Amino acid sequence: MADIIKTFREALMASNAESAEKIMLEYKKQGSPLPFVEEVLVKVLDSIGSGWEKGDYALSQVYMSGRICEDLLDKYLPDESEQRKNKPKMSIALLNDYHSLGKKIVYSTLRASGYHLHDYGRVEVEDLVENIMEDQVELVLISVLMFPSALQVKNVVNKLADYGCNVKIAVGGAPFRLDHRLWREVGADAVGYTAADALHIAKSFAGGTE
Amino acid sequence: MMSKEKMTSMQRVLTTLEHKEPDRVPLFLLLTTHGAKELGLSIKDYFSSAANVVEGQLRLLQKYKHDCLLGFFYAPAEIEAWGGEVIYYDDGPPNSGRPFIGSNAEIDRLSPPKIKETPVLQNILAAIRLLHQKSAGKTPVLGVAVSPFSVPVMQMGFDAYLDLIYGQPQLFERLMEINEAFCVDWANAQLEAGATAICYFDPVSSPTIIPRDDYLTTGYLVAKRTINRINGPVATHLASGIALPIIDDIVETGSGAVGISASEDLAKIKEACRGKLTIIGNLNGIEMARWNEQETAAAVKAAIAKGAPGGGFILADNHGEIPWQVPGDVLLALSEAVRTHGCYPIDRELDKNE
Repeated sequence: MADIIKTFREALMASNAESAEKIMLEYKKQGSPLPFVEEVLVKVLDSIGSGWEKGDYALSQVYMSGRICEDLLDKYLPDESEQRKNKPKMSIALLNDYHSLGKKIVYSTLRASGYHLHDYGRVEVEDLVENIMEDQVELVLISVLMFPSALQVKNVVNKLADYGCNVKIAVGGAPFRLDHRLWREVGADAVGYTAADALHIAKSFAGGTE
Repeated sequence: MMSKEKMTSMQRVLTTLEHKEPDRVPLFLLLTTHGAKELGLSIKDYFSSAANVVEGQLRLLQKYKHDCLLGFFYAPAEIEAWGGEVIYYDDGPPNSGRPFIGSNAEIDRLSPPKIKETPVLQNILAAIRLLHQKSAGKTPVLGVAVSPFSVPVMQMGFDAYLDLIYGQPQLFERLMEINEAFCVDWANAQLEAGATAICYFDPVSSPTIIPRDDYLTTGYLVAKRTINRINGPVATHLASGIALPIIDDIVETGSGAVGISASEDLAKIKEACRGKLTIIGNLNGIEMARWNEQETAAAVKAAIAKGAPGGGFILADNHGEIPWQVPGDVLLALSEAVRTHGCYPIDRELDKNE
């Protein structure tokens, strides 16, 4: 197993989509891709995400590996597949800013790990609250780049509370990485510093154990 | 111990850039939107006129007694020059809107904006000219040019840009060629207007964003070509990205200083930069918004103790722009702490003393 994890990680680091696909097909043979996802892919994406936090990998590597894995899963485990994980019912959004890389990385990582989630794209506070209420999601992941946008999360939390909505809010992005107290100050329920953290958050809100 | 004779900000900065010890640690408060607060204007109105920015910068200099005047308005001014969208906020710097390069095919049709025909750039140049005049050579005036390698994040979006770098190297080179031409012209226009130095804003080159091996075949070469054609001193800023693994490479690009991240060990950076590259940083600009007087002094002392001995150090925030949310009291405390603890010779145990 350690060999497969190593080879798969190397394929992703080299941005070699062909080799990554070959490794997955070899592993899954004719069966479902889910065991590969759980036993290899999630572990590799997790280690790359955590490696970025430690300075072992660069963001471009996190992005490219997430994209390759997302494409793989789209091919072998399409959105409509019943094997996609629908718990927790979740969505992701980029609040106020136009810099969508962080959101895209988290979205790709979660989808590549078999999760289904709504993508609200770039939204402002009112639209985000409206979307959350309409979809009745259980967990919303909010990505920001700029400090003022991070502070806007408080408005989202307050408006949702006014409506009596008890959705869980997880936040991520540069301001939260630089100030580890900020997520509590804006009233979020969780913070993710890497795409790997987003995976752990999704799992914990789905009732999984960490 | 005898204190050194008081220097002007310009003398202080030039001395530290030579890796010698000035009278005290130079302080760059890289304030942009705070000028609007001083003038009681909205951020959008403030940046609409060079006179406002000049007045704002002069008031900030007088109030906080730091060591630079900033001829920089906001990063997406360059995007505005290319015809892109700028979005203004009431409580933060203007941000670039939807990327104006919608598809890779558009890169071939792209041509750099003409500086003389672009109102926003002319406004910035007018501000630099006036700041230069008002400073009378006593305070450095900083200009900023976003690097050709980093500006595509705003031109086409970060994900599309990474796809371009890794998927279409020829088209990437074409975009660099166009961007380099503009960056060189823009930096030199600011120097001609009176900027003392150019901050080459290059976050994508940080190992936080791109592995060093890839940087050496992309951002490094772009920086080397570009900085070589800029007719004045250049400081590279990685805007909160880490720098340590590429310090020697940055030296090779021709840059004389580097803006570093709050998440880096300043002592290690100092070791790597000693005698080669002046450090600019690395106070945490986000946490700064809620520092009290004691926390401010502690952060200043810690940074000075590690970074300042021997010169080659300018105290500043880690990102190259202090957020609007940082209160004036914190900035005053910061300035005061530098005056109290930043006089040479520096006590290396400064951060350990009560």
